[in-house]
Order: sequence, then structure tokens, then C-alpha cells
Amino acid sequence: MELLLAQSVIEPGLTHFLVVSAILFSLGVMAVLSRRNTIMVLMGVELILNSANINFIAFSRFTELSLDGQMIALFVIIIAAAEAAVALAIVLNVYNRFKTINLDDISLLKG
Amino acid sequence: MELTTILFYLFSLITLGAAAFMVFSKNIVHSAFALMFALIGVAALYVLLYADFLAATQLLVYVGGILILILFGVMLTSLGYTFNFKTVTVNLAPASLLSATAAVLLIFAFVTTDWKISEIAEPTDTVYDLGMLLMGDYILPFIVAGVLLLIAIIGAILMSTHLSAENREGV
Repeated sequence: MELLLAQSVIEPGLTHFLVVSAILFSLGVMAVLSRRNTIMVLMGVELILNSANINFIAFSRFTELSLDGQMIALFVIIIAAAEAAVALAIVLNVYNRFKTINLDDISLLKG
Repeated sequence: MELTTILFYLFSLITLGAAAFMVFSKNIVHSAFALMFALIGVAALYVLLYADFLAATQLLVYVGGILILILFGVMLTSLGYTFNFKTVTVNLAPASLLSATAAVLLIFAFVTTDWKISEIAEPTDTVYDLGMLLMGDYILPFIVAGVLLLIAIIGAILMSTHLSAENREGV
């Protein structure tokens, strides 16, 4: 009986995946807030999107959301790809103009 | 202990460890490679959640596409010396306070909520069903996503060609 209880506690359920995604989200927030390199901030945004995706797919596996959750996650991946391409083009333009990608140094709206 | 359980803990450990290394590493190239391991770990977690097509998509789009873009960005925006790859860290105390608070609140909410779990039948593969959904219920978002990608490609190309034309005039 005790062994059964221990197994049911340790077996990964919905909550386990949600906790993993929560920690991943907070690490992404940490990267966005504390780093001043624009590319590091973009990587933090990717971590946040991934943690949201883990949530969607965990709910699609364990609740009635079923395949709709995977569909939403698919569209999140599409939007992340478009976001990364455009954001890196902008970063390259900013670097060409200001010769830096430190976010604190880029304070002009009109170059 | 089942194999799935061991794999879950292994891959979540890889994901979180690599993500933590990515956030706290001083060298941005190390960060990019740690991000690769984190993304691969997330893809393995998708496999454990029976999302095989999404795991493949994650590997193709993130590891094969976005990560290469990020590495290109790192290479093109530094002056070629390794010490320039190092990044500045500011607001360390408020940022860690805020993210720790966010983690604690989220975990508290996730653990204490009584989720309505319904055990679905284990699907053999999701590709067929996802394709039917994509051509049926989700046809409008599918087309909009295609238009979005087209706009993103045109915008990115326009910005970078403008950049190189300007360079040529300057030289």
C-alpha cells in the first residue's frame, strides 16, 4: 500500500509538467529583466514561449482540451519563428546604426 | 519505477539545468548552446505528452531554425573578439526577486488547484488528426498564419537589403 502511494506520488502527472513550465517561465523572465544584450532578451522570450507551449500540451494530454491544445501550440511555434526572424533583422539594423546592442545605450527614438 | 517516470525527471532536469545555465552564463555563445539543450529537452517532454508531431516541429523550427538565427545574430553583432560576446547584467536583485515571486506564485497556483483530469485514450499518432483539424476547424488561422509568415519574410528581407544598400553607399 505504501509502495503504491509512493508510486502515485512520484509518477509524473499534470502538476509535474506545470511546475516544470513555471520554473522555465521564471527563468525566461529572469533573462529578459536582468540581461542587457538584446539577443539574450530574445532568448528569454523563446524560453517563455516554450513554457507556455508545455502548458498547452500538458493540458491537451491530461484534460478535455485534447488536440486543440496541440493546435494552439503549433500556432505559437509559427508565431515564434516569425518573431525571431523580424526581431533579429531589427537587431542587425540597430547594431549597424548604433554599433552596440546594449539595450541601455539604445535610447534614441530618432537615430 | 516506470521508464516514463525516469525519463520525465531526466529530461526536465536537462531542460531546467540548461535554461538556468543559459540565463546565468556570462558568455553569450555558451548561452546559445545551452538554449539548444533546453529546447531539445522541451521536445522530449512533448514526446512524453504524446505530441510526436509537435516534438518534431520543435526540433525542426527551434533547434534547426531559430537557434541558427540567434547564432547568426551573435556572430554578426559582435566585433569578432571573444570578450565582446560577454553581456552586461543589471538589476540582478530586483529581477531575481520578481522571477522567484512569479515562480512561487505559479507553482502554488498549479499545485493547489484541483484540475479536472480526464484520461484520454492513448493516441497512436497525432499527425492524421492534426492535419484533419488544420484543414477543417482551423482553416482560417492556418491561412492567417501563412499570410503572417509571408509578411515577416518580406519585412525581414526589406530591412536587411536596405541595410546592405546603405553600406555600399557609405563605402
